[in-house]
Amino acid sequence: MIEITGVNKTYSNGFVALKDVNLTINKGEVFALLGPNGAGKTSLISAICGLVEPTSGTITVGGFDTRKDYRQARSLIGLVPQELFLEIFETVWSTMTYARGFFGKKDDPALYEQILKDLSLWDKKDTKIQALSGGMKRRVLIARALTNEPSVLFLDEPTAGVDVELRREMLEVVKNLQKRGTTVILTTHYIEEAEELADRVGIISGGEIKLVENKVDLMKRMGHKTLSLNLENKLDALPTDITQEGVSLSKDGTKILYSYKTGSNSGITSLLSNLKNAGIAFEDLDTEQSSLEEIFVTLVNQQ
Amino acid sequence: MNWIGLWTIYKKELQRTRRVLFQSVVSPVITTALYFVVFGSAIGSAVTTIDGVSYAQFIVPGLIMMALLANSFSAASSGIYFPKFIGSIYELLSAPISYVEITAGYVLAATTRALLIGGIIFGVALFFTPLPVLHPWWALVFSILVSFVFALFGFVVGLWASNFEQLGLLPTFVIAPLSFLGGVFYSISMLPPFWQTVTLFNPLVYMINGLRWAFFGITDVHPVWSMVVTLLFMILLFGVVAWIFKTGYKLRK
Repeated sequence: MIEITGVNKTYSNGFVALKDVNLTINKGEVFALLGPNGAGKTSLISAICGLVEPTSGTITVGGFDTRKDYRQARSLIGLVPQELFLEIFETVWSTMTYARGFFGKKDDPALYEQILKDLSLWDKKDTKIQALSGGMKRRVLIARALTNEPSVLFLDEPTAGVDVELRREMLEVVKNLQKRGTTVILTTHYIEEAEELADRVGIISGGEIKLVENKVDLMKRMGHKTLSLNLENKLDALPTDITQEGVSLSKDGTKILYSYKTGSNSGITSLLSNLKNAGIAFEDLDTEQSSLEEIFVTLVNQQ
Repeated sequence: MNWIGLWTIYKKELQRTRRVLFQSVVSPVITTALYFVVFGSAIGSAVTTIDGVSYAQFIVPGLIMMALLANSFSAASSGIYFPKFIGSIYELLSAPISYVEITAGYVLAATTRALLIGGIIFGVALFFTPLPVLHPWWALVFSILVSFVFALFGFVVGLWASNFEQLGLLPTFVIAPLSFLGGVFYSISMLPPFWQTVTLFNPLVYMINGLRWAFFGITDVHPVWSMVVTLLFMILLFGVVAWIFKTGYKLRK
């Protein structure tokens, strides 16, 4: 759906925001772009959407070059910016009609009604933007981006500074769009979101794409699981015959912890039988998977 | 061509005018009425006539022109500056709309707004003095052209300005003084010869006198020159706008 080839961006103040970015976004996928602040996430999105002119390289959206065929390329795109860029004296409804109008599409009240209802904004349709709370304004930004029925939706940190409930709702919106076949590109700090929504994850740091991988594969590859066994009786030290790598005793002596990589040869079976032989009984067990966040921190630190 | 996009910008700008109705329409009317009271009635009674036209009549085209200049300029400059300032310009930049369409939307809306105000001022003036207009079509053509040129000018300044101070720079320090010195309230033939020559370098003299000629057939400069200067201004501004868009200057980083 989107093809980014050799894109560089150096701002007029000399700041290099993007370095030779190559990236393909597939049709219908949810792609999460992760990276620390100032990594180039917004610059990359802005370059695709036409807000920033790349210094070099080409970008196509749905096969249309974003410079030569900008009309066709941009017609496919909906953009939800990070900041609350709204004209505060306008009503929610007029914001919607203008947004669609700019895209050269005929007014469609039924569509606006649907969008506003989906985003729990329907009762606010005649309210001026200035009277809305921050969370509501963010919904308006999303509503506005949907008015041109985009095939690709960009969400630039959609849940930054948003309460839990709204965050839930937004995740629902993304899931619904995904069901309808809309391609969604999402940048976020909240790795749980990427973990929950994304099909693929891209990690950008210092203007370079460090890694693009299927989320499940990435978590499998980088993910460690921790098995914790709650002991019936406290131990002062691990029995000497338990020598398996990755096994440790918690500080208070109530748990045995085992860190392992998922897959076959996890070593769980041998650990459990060894414990049984040593006469150690446990009352409960628990496994925990390392999150994308930990993976992300590890990856960024590695570079 | 994204006609709906252009029309949306135009409509949105005029709705903005309606929202700030008092500031944008009522206040120029009050200002004009005050000019009439002070200059038309109080001082005008001492001046009697200029080239056979009563002083109250004489100042009408100048006042209209002054309103057209100021309002078309400020409507277009603030129209493009505010979205830039608050960031909502992203909407236009990410939409399938060309620079020409964006400019046309803002400039035509500002032209319309200025003409509305010009029309209202004409209406207000009728309360103070009879106004038989000699060449109504020329008056209209001239008003449209000048409003359009200054809307274009305002648009360029709105694009260029990176803070409110810069936005207010031209109206305060260039347009207002030049229109006051451009013969709104006097015929330049009343000036000493040296200042008459200096005044001829003020482009607004040509615009104000152009409209006065259309109204009463009297002018300090030949109407052809009025037209030529206005058109030259327009060509110059088209050039600036084309250059701005070629470089993406100040809009796309």
